[in-house]
Amino acid sequence: MSADAVNNSKRRLLVAATSVVGAVGAGFVAVPFIKSWNPSAKALAAGAPVLADISKLEEGQMITVEWRGKPVYILKRTDENMKVLETDTDMLADVNSDSSKQPEYCKNTGRSYDKYTKTTVMEGVCTHLGCAPKYLPDINNPFSGSLGSDWKGGFFCPCHGSFYDLSGRVYKSMPAPTNLPIPPYKYESDTVILIGQDGSNA
Amino acid sequence: MEQKSNGLMGWVDARYPATKTWEKHLAKYYAPKNFNFWYFFGSLAFMVLVIQILSGVFLTMFYKPDTALAFQSVEMSIMRDVEWGWLIRYFHSTGASAFFIVVYLHMFRALIYGSYKKPRELIWIFGMLIFLALMAEGFMGYLLPWGQMSFWGAQVIINLVNAIPFVGEGLSTWVRGDFVIGDATLNRFFSLHVAAIPLILVGLIFAHIVALHEVGSNNPDGVEIKKNKDENGIPKDGIPFHPYYSVKDIVGVIVFLMFFSIVVFFMPEMFGYFLEHANFEPANPLKTPEHIAPVWYFTPYYSILRAVPSIAGSAFPGVIAMGAAIVVMFFLPWLDRNPVKSIRYRAGWYKILVAIFVVAFIVLGILGTLSVTDGRTLLAQICTAYYFGFFFLMPIYTKLEKNKPVPERVTTK
Repeated sequence: MSADAVNNSKRRLLVAATSVVGAVGAGFVAVPFIKSWNPSAKALAAGAPVLADISKLEEGQMITVEWRGKPVYILKRTDENMKVLETDTDMLADVNSDSSKQPEYCKNTGRSYDKYTKTTVMEGVCTHLGCAPKYLPDINNPFSGSLGSDWKGGFFCPCHGSFYDLSGRVYKSMPAPTNLPIPPYKYESDTVILIGQDGSNA
Repeated sequence: MEQKSNGLMGWVDARYPATKTWEKHLAKYYAPKNFNFWYFFGSLAFMVLVIQILSGVFLTMFYKPDTALAFQSVEMSIMRDVEWGWLIRYFHSTGASAFFIVVYLHMFRALIYGSYKKPRELIWIFGMLIFLALMAEGFMGYLLPWGQMSFWGAQVIINLVNAIPFVGEGLSTWVRGDFVIGDATLNRFFSLHVAAIPLILVGLIFAHIVALHEVGSNNPDGVEIKKNKDENGIPKDGIPFHPYYSVKDIVGVIVFLMFFSIVVFFMPEMFGYFLEHANFEPANPLKTPEHIAPVWYFTPYYSILRAVPSIAGSAFPGVIAMGAAIVVMFFLPWLDRNPVKSIRYRAGWYKILVAIFVVAFIVLGILGTLSVTDGRTLLAQICTAYYFGFFFLMPIYTKLEKNKPVPERVTTK
């Protein structure tokens, strides 16, 4: 074959074919590297449900348990609190929790099981950027800021100033777009909650 | 290239372009003779890189990337047990902030003297990529001490990914390698911080300098010195980088090291701006600190993020705005339509626009360190609007400028 008889179209075809095969190969090789960043088997196993004993939880008190590394708030509200939840609806961004994350059985005013309406279980993870909102049951607190006398106790996120009511429902025009998420959970007995496993509406 | 020299250098030069490289990039690289104060920061940035690599290599010898050990290995081993460990760590932590100070000033120099304009667009783009890599490097490095602010700062930033519609949640779990920021996250950030991103940074800096030396340096007058060459083909307004600027830059290095040492030895925390107070407490995933603020060099962008309200139940617009604030700078060479490079010969009102831009940027930076109030949010929104207005309206207002005559040759006092 002489040097000047270069078949350019054949060259282009070979270059293109080699490039395509190379790119496909590189794509396949990338898969293990990308997949290695997924949660490991150990991390997945650590996502198992956890039990919480609420026998000593008094009205107005909140305990925090850890599930999947996230703080989960268990709050028992007072009768007065429950009345506030009926009346603060004008100030809330998502009153009926339509665009928020919760199991169907907790999509109500108390965001709790009907049988245990005063006790709510929520992920303490602000829907804005994931900080843990603070539980502020007092009516007069230094953080109430723009809400003034409309503040009736609730949660305040220290990162960007989002307010939630005692059902974890976010107030209007806050950085946080939706209400605090509620994890799947069920009552093992009247005083023991299993977080991470769905329960029926019992 | 024919080599005439003999001896050892002749032997080397026949096999490797040692003398050729030395001449092309130093001894016969002709830089404009009118460089001023603002031209120190390029070489200073390079020196800070050397400080960071040297101190970083040694910190890696004592640090343990494990959530159970990380905080202890930094605060106990390095800061107290390892001989001189505290000094190496303060070199590194102060160096991180120094890097951003120097780079921000270096970028400001490019802005006022039009160093991003034709034919230097690629230098600017490589520079912006360096800036991005540097931000990634700073962010991941900040997680490593595993203090409260390390943890919660990373929590806020990684959750930005969550705001991306549809894929956000899966993507942020992938980045963390767990449902929360944990051991997997710390380990991969360590790897990226000490290996991957430094390699990328060095590569980008190499490309930045190659591009610069291809077209030659700009100068405070914004005139091309290559247009006026003498009979030997040497720019009349150029002087060899070595020894003229290599020696001059040493003066800058010494002054810089004086300030650097003052911080390292007397105020390494810089009143909570270089090392935040909350970070002296180990990370606690169940307790958010009272007040979360990123390190100072991210605060302007963090302010922009907070200034944009969530729309239709999604924090995505704020994330977009923060990203756009950085992306828009890549397009600077094409947004600015004024053919005149240096601010010296541009309209007086353009100087005022640039001055307000600097003020807005600093105000955003200050607001980003403070907690949110209605008044501060409004101020941040005004500054954010100005920030974007400055860039987006540039194609219009830069055409309306009445320029002053640009001299043929560079000027000196």
